Amino acid sequence: MVATASKCRVCKEPAIIDLPRHNANFCAEHFLELCRRQVTKAIEKFDMLSKDDRVLVAVSGGKDSLAVWDMLVELGYQADGLYIGLGIGEYSDVSGQYAKDFAAERGLHLITIDLRSEYGYDIPTAAKATRRVPCSACGTSKRHLFDKAALDGGYTVLVTGHNLDDEAAVLFGNTLRWDVEYLSRQLPVLPARHGFPKKVKPLIRLTEREMAAWCIVRGIDYLVDECPMAVGNKHLAYKAALNAIESESPGSKAAFYLNFLDNMAPLLAGQSKAATDELGSCTSCGAPTTSDLCAFCRTAQKARAHEPVPVELVLSKGRRR
Amino acid sequence: MKVHLRNPRRELELDGKFSVNSLLAHLELPRESHLVIRNGTLVPGDAALAPDDTVEIRPVISGGC
Repeated sequence: MVATASKCRVCKEPAIIDLPRHNANFCAEHFLELCRRQVTKAIEKFDMLSKDDRVLVAVSGGKDSLAVWDMLVELGYQADGLYIGLGIGEYSDVSGQYAKDFAAERGLHLITIDLRSEYGYDIPTAAKATRRVPCSACGTSKRHLFDKAALDGGYTVLVTGHNLDDEAAVLFGNTLRWDVEYLSRQLPVLPARHGFPKKVKPLIRLTEREMAAWCIVRGIDYLVDECPMAVGNKHLAYKAALNAIESESPGSKAAFYLNFLDNMAPLLAGQSKAATDELGSCTSCGAPTTSDLCAFCRTAQKARAHEPVPVELVLSKGRRR
Repeated sequence: MKVHLRNPRRELELDGKFSVNSLLAHLELPRESHLVIRNGTLVPGDAALAPDDTVEIRPVISGGC
C-alpha cells in the first residue's frame, strides 16, 4: 500500500486530485460535488438553463462534451446529444463510437449527422478546397449544423462543452489583437435571435484538467487523443502560455476570464457590429447571413466541387509548412 | 515503474523513487495539463509512486476551437 499524503479538504479522507487554484485537495465524492456546484453557479448566474428547457448538447466524443452532458442529465435537465461525423479519418470513426457508447450505456438520445454522406464533403476536403486552416472549415460546418439541428428539433437551448481553458485561450487571442468585435461577443450565453438558437457554455468555471478528472472518476470513456488537424494551432499555443502563467500563479486563468465577464464585458456591451447587422436569408439553405450564400453553403459548395482529400494529405502538407 | 504516455502513445520503464509531481517534472510535463492515474485510480501531486505501479499520464488539453 502506497501512502497518499494529501487529504480531502472537506472530509479528510485520502485525496484523488489537487487543485492549486482552490489551494485544496479533494476526494472523489467532494471533487464531483465541487464540479456540480461550479456548473450550477454558472447556469444560475448567467441564466443559462431552466428545467423546462429542451436541451441539445453538441457532443464530440471528447471529455468536455461528454462531461457536460453527464452533468446536465445528473442535475435533472432534459438533454439530448448531437454528434457530427466530420470525416477526419480514423479520428472521426473513433470519436463517434465514444459518443454512441456513452449515449447507449445511459439510455440517452443521440442525434447523429454525417457530413460526407449527408452534405457531400468532409473537413479535410473542405480545408483543402477553401485553402483555410482545418479548424476554420470545421468551426463553420459545426456551428451551422448545431444551429440547424437545434432549431429543426425544437430544442430551446444548445449547449457546448467549452471550458475555462477554452474561453481563457480565446480571450487571450482576442486581447492580443485587441479585437473589440470578438471581445464584445465572447459571452457564455448568446440569446436566441432570428435563425439562431440560444447557446450556452455551462463549463466556463471548470478547467480542462477538472473535466478530464470528472470523466475518470465517473467512469466515462472518452477520446483522449488529440484531433490530428488541430495539432499546432494557435489555440493550443495560447493554452500552453496560460498554463505556464497558471503554474506560477494558480487561479490566474479563472481571474483572467471570469473577471473579464464581470468587469470588461459590460463595458463592451453594444460594441458588436455583427450582433446588430441586418440579416437576410441564405439563398440556398435559408440560414441567416449577411451575404447571398451563408458561410456554410459557400464552404460546402467549394468542398463538394473538390475531389475527396484524405486526412493524411492535409496533415503532411501542414507539417511541411 | 511502467509509465504510459499519450499523444503520441508510448511506454517508458523508469527506475527510482518518484512522486506524481516529481515524475511530471522529470518528464518535463506541466502539471496543469496532465493527470496521473496509478493502477487505474486518479492520484494527487504528492502521491508516492512504487516500483511495481503502472502509471498513465493523461494529457487533458484539447485543441478544438
